[in-house]
Amino acid sequence: MSYNLKFRFAGSGGQGVILGTIILAEAALAEGYQVVQSQSYGPEARGGSCKAEIIVSSEEIVFPKIETADCLAALTQKALDQYIGSVAPDGIVIADSSLTIPESWHGRTEKIDVISTVYDVLKKPMTVNIVALGAINAILGVAGDKALEEAVLARVPKSTGELNMRALEEGRKLYKK
Amino acid sequence: MSGKRVLMQGNEACVEGALAAGMRFYAGYPITPSTEIAELSALRLPVLGGHFIQMEDEIGSMAAVIGASVAGTKAMTATSGPGFSLKQENIGYAAMAEVPCVIVNVQRVGPSTGMPTSTAQGDIMQCRWGTHGDHPVITIAPSSVSEVYTEIIRAFNLSEKYRVPVIFLMDETVGHMREGIEIPDPDSYQVIDRAMPDKKGDNWRPFAVDSEKDVPKLPPFGMGWRYHITGLTHDERGYPTSSPEKSAAFISRLMNKLALNRDDIISCDSYMLEDADIAVICIGSIGRSAKEAVNRARAKGIKAGVFRPVTVWPFPDKEVTELAKKVKRIVVAEQNCGQIVLEVERCVRGACPVTFKGKANGSMLMPDEILAAIEGGEN
Repeated sequence: MSYNLKFRFAGSGGQGVILGTIILAEAALAEGYQVVQSQSYGPEARGGSCKAEIIVSSEEIVFPKIETADCLAALTQKALDQYIGSVAPDGIVIADSSLTIPESWHGRTEKIDVISTVYDVLKKPMTVNIVALGAINAILGVAGDKALEEAVLARVPKSTGELNMRALEEGRKLYKK
Repeated sequence: MSGKRVLMQGNEACVEGALAAGMRFYAGYPITPSTEIAELSALRLPVLGGHFIQMEDEIGSMAAVIGASVAGTKAMTATSGPGFSLKQENIGYAAMAEVPCVIVNVQRVGPSTGMPTSTAQGDIMQCRWGTHGDHPVITIAPSSVSEVYTEIIRAFNLSEKYRVPVIFLMDETVGHMREGIEIPDPDSYQVIDRAMPDKKGDNWRPFAVDSEKDVPKLPPFGMGWRYHITGLTHDERGYPTSSPEKSAAFISRLMNKLALNRDDIISCDSYMLEDADIAVICIGSIGRSAKEAVNRARAKGIKAGVFRPVTVWPFPDKEVTELAKKVKRIVVAEQNCGQIVLEVERCVRGACPVTFKGKANGSMLMPDEILAAIEGGEN
């Protein structure tokens, strides 16, 4: 069966959206798909807007960038407002619960409590990308739980492995089907 | 292919491929979007018995690379626009003294500091003519992460074989994107090492060759062969000369070293050109946009194809001249204000119309923009 996903992850510099897409790309690669990951960001180290994207496909990926996204996940209002216009009408918008969905969007929306979970439950703001990743993969089903866990552990510092596994699990639980 | 697929960034593949080719010395000064090349070289080289030096600037980096190569080590540096400008003087020295080396330029928007994190292809002509004087240079531009790996090996091979600086011309798109690639099995590619001279007679002339197609066999310094290298025009012994006859022989040999071997150096990629009415010519990452544009044109019944010089310099002139006789129109798509198009027009010589489609604002030239140029809507 042919599979093709164009996923864009956007937020603020320092939130780890680039690493989030790298991990998801590695998990998809482990599942046997073709993958391309790319990003765009400004010259600032933190605080600027940051967008990363992956294409996951069962076929060869010719053009490596996304023109129209099948899914946008946004962690900040600025990122949501900036990129919602390039989501396909039948696509999915995943946004933190604190964000306001622009009126122009009429498609499927999944609001998840990422920000409050990292502050109130995990009390570790740095896990924001991994919590989001848990929820995003639960919604999109890009990779199996095991492939995603292994991909996370391969990319985070060893001492934070346990914390990140908890973050991934909390993220997974945020999506209630 | 070893069968193991890994997610690798273009800049990472540049280092891994260079190491596979035998690179054991890196000197550089970090600059976006090439910094990952310095970072990974710093991690990997000491483990392999090689050396990494972060130099005081790009001028010093290029000098250190030349020094390492003269001592017999395969050496590389990486940079982007502003640093590439600084390296030009010493690139000329490497061309003149026939010192093998690889210079990676991951292009970003210029001029000057421009847009550090945004993609561009504005340095194509600088690769050819960035340093002063007539000089030989090879430039290779990859379009995918797996091609970065295999082509950087070819860059080192050509550099060692022809004793010229080879510029490995990436762009931010190729340098920063990650793709799942299979690491090639070492049996699947050739690694060329520097040729040594045959004998050490009293009358040894280090720069003497039998024909202009040949390359001087210069041994590394420190192996007992005494000879002189210089940036001044020199004779077969390596000593400066101002004789018009010797100078004419020197520059003729230097230029013909590549010109007479161009078929061995030039490599091009073709896509759907067999029956094409319209050919899109592009380099590097724009090859990806162009291929997708051609797929969309074909879906509309337009017979289009892609011709992509992988070796940008020497420019595949004969190939483009031949192509122009077969197609009805050529579209040149570039991430700049028009550089390759100048070479294409020179080679087409009016045989067919040439349309230019360029973009230089830091965002990638998209398939639909090239499709519009294929459809003839804009110029």
